Amino acid sequence: MTWAPITVDATHFYLQVYFWIIVAVLGGLFLLMTFVQGGQTLFHTSKTEMEERAILNSLGRKWELTFTTLVLFGGALYAAFPLFYSVSFGGAYWVWMLILFAFVLQAVSYEYMNKPNNLIGKGAYKFFLYFNGVVGMVLIGAAVGTFFTGSNFTYDPVTRILEWGTAKDGFNLRGLEAAIDFKHGAWFNLAMGVLVFAAARILGALWLINDIDNNEFPELIERLRGVVKRCFVILLVALLVVLYGLLTLKGYAYDIHDPTGKVYLEPGKYLHNLLSFGAIPLILFLAGLVLFVWGVFVTAFKGSNKGIWFSGLGIVLIGIIVFVIAGLFGTPFYPSYADLQSSLTIQNSSGSKYTLEVMGWVSVAVPFVLGYIIWVWYQMKKQGPITREEIQDPESHAY
Amino acid sequence: MHVDLTMLEWARAQFAMTALFHFFFVPFTLGMSFIVAFFETIYVKTGKQEWKEITQFWQLIFGINFALGLSTGIIHEFEFGTNWSTYSWVVGDLFGAPLAVEGIVAFFMEATFAAISFFGWKRVSKGVHLASSWLLAIGSNLSALWILIANGFMQHPSNEFGFFNIDTSRLEMTNFWALITQPVAQVKFLHVVSAGYTLASIFVLGISSLYLLKGKHVEFAKKSATVAAAFGLISSIFVAVIGDEHAYEVANTQPTKIASAEGLYVGEKGAPIVAFGIPKNLKATEVTSNEEGFAFKIELPKMLSLLGKRNPNAFVPGLKDLVNGNEEYGIWPLSKLAAVGKEAKDDLLKYHEAKKAGDTAAMEAAKADFYKVIWEDPKNGIKLTKADLIGYGYFANPNIDPNLIYPPVPPVFYAFHIMVGLGFWFILLFLLAYVSILKGTFVQNKLVQRLAVISVPLPWIATSFGWMTAEIGRQPWTVFGVLPTAESVTPIALQNVQATFFMFLTAFVILGIAELKILFTVVKNGPKGAH
Repeated sequence: MTWAPITVDATHFYLQVYFWIIVAVLGGLFLLMTFVQGGQTLFHTSKTEMEERAILNSLGRKWELTFTTLVLFGGALYAAFPLFYSVSFGGAYWVWMLILFAFVLQAVSYEYMNKPNNLIGKGAYKFFLYFNGVVGMVLIGAAVGTFFTGSNFTYDPVTRILEWGTAKDGFNLRGLEAAIDFKHGAWFNLAMGVLVFAAARILGALWLINDIDNNEFPELIERLRGVVKRCFVILLVALLVVLYGLLTLKGYAYDIHDPTGKVYLEPGKYLHNLLSFGAIPLILFLAGLVLFVWGVFVTAFKGSNKGIWFSGLGIVLIGIIVFVIAGLFGTPFYPSYADLQSSLTIQNSSGSKYTLEVMGWVSVAVPFVLGYIIWVWYQMKKQGPITREEIQDPESHAY
Repeated sequence: MHVDLTMLEWARAQFAMTALFHFFFVPFTLGMSFIVAFFETIYVKTGKQEWKEITQFWQLIFGINFALGLSTGIIHEFEFGTNWSTYSWVVGDLFGAPLAVEGIVAFFMEATFAAISFFGWKRVSKGVHLASSWLLAIGSNLSALWILIANGFMQHPSNEFGFFNIDTSRLEMTNFWALITQPVAQVKFLHVVSAGYTLASIFVLGISSLYLLKGKHVEFAKKSATVAAAFGLISSIFVAVIGDEHAYEVANTQPTKIASAEGLYVGEKGAPIVAFGIPKNLKATEVTSNEEGFAFKIELPKMLSLLGKRNPNAFVPGLKDLVNGNEEYGIWPLSKLAAVGKEAKDDLLKYHEAKKAGDTAAMEAAKADFYKVIWEDPKNGIKLTKADLIGYGYFANPNIDPNLIYPPVPPVFYAFHIMVGLGFWFILLFLLAYVSILKGTFVQNKLVQRLAVISVPLPWIATSFGWMTAEIGRQPWTVFGVLPTAESVTPIALQNVQATFFMFLTAFVILGIAELKILFTVVKNGPKGAH
């Protein structure tokens, strides 16, 4: 199947780039907010009931924000790149369904875990949170991995026929093949999954160290510092695999000026992307990496509890650049290895020019929204970290 | 496109199940968030501790529901892609925008200020806390606004805000303002949110009455009931008034829905409303008179014409007219609509074949044919092109029974009538409660208290049936008259849809029972045990 020629319309193209950058920023912010998911896998570091409740209450005040960021990330993709939504969600069915399921179970667990008569007991809700933290993160990471390694589908835009699993040498598990088909980059997807999971866990520990009163819970804080060290080793291994992949994978490419929009393979494509625009992507990526590592270092070895702010900012930058090199500079962000010409680019999968214009105006609200989120965050934090007294106060809505 | 019809039914069942489960919590959130804000406002104004206790107790109950409402809401955003991928691409340009706007302007407001409202009692000032509770309520309701704008588009897609683009083979937006201000969406929004206020008011009134019947927490119950009765009375009257307006919009935009809801098989001048009845599931093409349609019925003469057309003698088309056509009233038969729709589909394919071959002359010819005006009402400036009827092309398939162009009568009829009946009961209940509160006899009035307690589950039945009227009533379309449900679904093997169906069902059963158990425990422990 071949795509209809891309209508070259400069304004439409800039809007598509603008929205891809918005998607990248939301993706970066979502990665920051996954400290909630990472923290959910750290209940085992608590040895007393009070320590456990400190973790639960610290995360319990922020999970909605992560959840909302994910919803907006989905909503922005839906509005700006509806064909991606259609092909990826409808095609890689089980990946998205399992991610969804992990988040559905998470949402109620905070509220119900410590309530009397909750039917299935505290352990079950704790398991739901853990499931969300592990399965949710690994799958989201692997799904982002397929932005680089490609997926197994063909699509005909006129008849709207989507076929999944059409590659003769590939598997079809409605998306889950991304984790087992090593010929089509499963190693990279899995490394991305582990990377996102390990990063979330580190961020989770950093957040808890910052948000829980260090004087009241000194042993818990020390154990969390241990987690930061150990997880960093795992993160490093996964990161090296991912970097190796980014530098050596034959990337998918197309020429944004070519009216046929023909997709081809290009060795070193993602390295080229990092070096585009005066190597700004590479510089930001490295800056993000340095910030992330610095946050880990000061927390693990210098006894600081401010690491989350460095590592958090670092992961946002890394996330933005990962999405930027996956979709800009003539790169199909949702490539197909079954049929190169079915690959989705920001140009062939986007909403109409009018819709992007309207949404562009709506996006003016984003800084305002970010502003009040930061204000609320500050209001809630300025009274200091979470203490024993607050958790036990019958008047605070403590979990 | 080949569609496995069994899979289609499972996909529909899955969406219906997840939507209905979500909709148990949404109206409660819409109303309860305001009621909590009312209580807190009184607390801040009077500074009395008892009002703070009242606020915190109802907020605790609100929180238990809020969590499940939020978690079941995200399912639909994903489901549009996973199970309805063709829909997402064909109408995503129009449908995606309100969803994204909801995320930006409403959902963050809701989630951010919920954090202060729940956890900030001691972390922020009284004023900031109160403002947060109000912003949480406003955010929840704004969220409903954007979702119902999206749903309004599905009920009534109009040329005023979109068109079918032959180049991209999908619907595209042309006027965002017209999309968000179209009356169908606005009326729907007001109907749904006021139903939410009614539902939450009945809940508060019912639980307060339960305490009074048991002689427990009397002061608390009296105060709660007073606010609930006042809010409920206004809201329930408003639901009915705006419901009438809603029915009027539906009668003029979705004739198959209103005819099914009233079991009107054969169109009539001065059509009646069936107040009570037992409808039969018949094929409209085989019915000759409206008497056949019911095993039993009691009618209110001319009322359907009056309410639907604002004229007691106006003609209301029946299902048979909508299938076979009715020349006298200018209604086209389905066969004619389907034939034109099929031509539009063929033009679309011809256009793309010519495009591939680089034959610009053939492209232009196919395009001109595709957008050809086939009917015109110069007086009102309405034009109908072939492209507008492309969805009807699906019904050109001779294997498809033309009677599938309207939804099955009994479920839509029952859902609609039970909803309306309950709506009137709620007005009466609030009147009784309000009058006895004004007379100062409510605390002694066991009868009204008992009626309020047994009424607690009823608004959930009413809102669910209302939703079913809207969604089953729209069948066989996802976007009325434009995109058939059968052409919206993701092409995927049946087993996948069944597996996810049971996955969600299991989760809902467990979480639903857990929710109820926690709720009952909180209610049993009463306000002193809150938080």
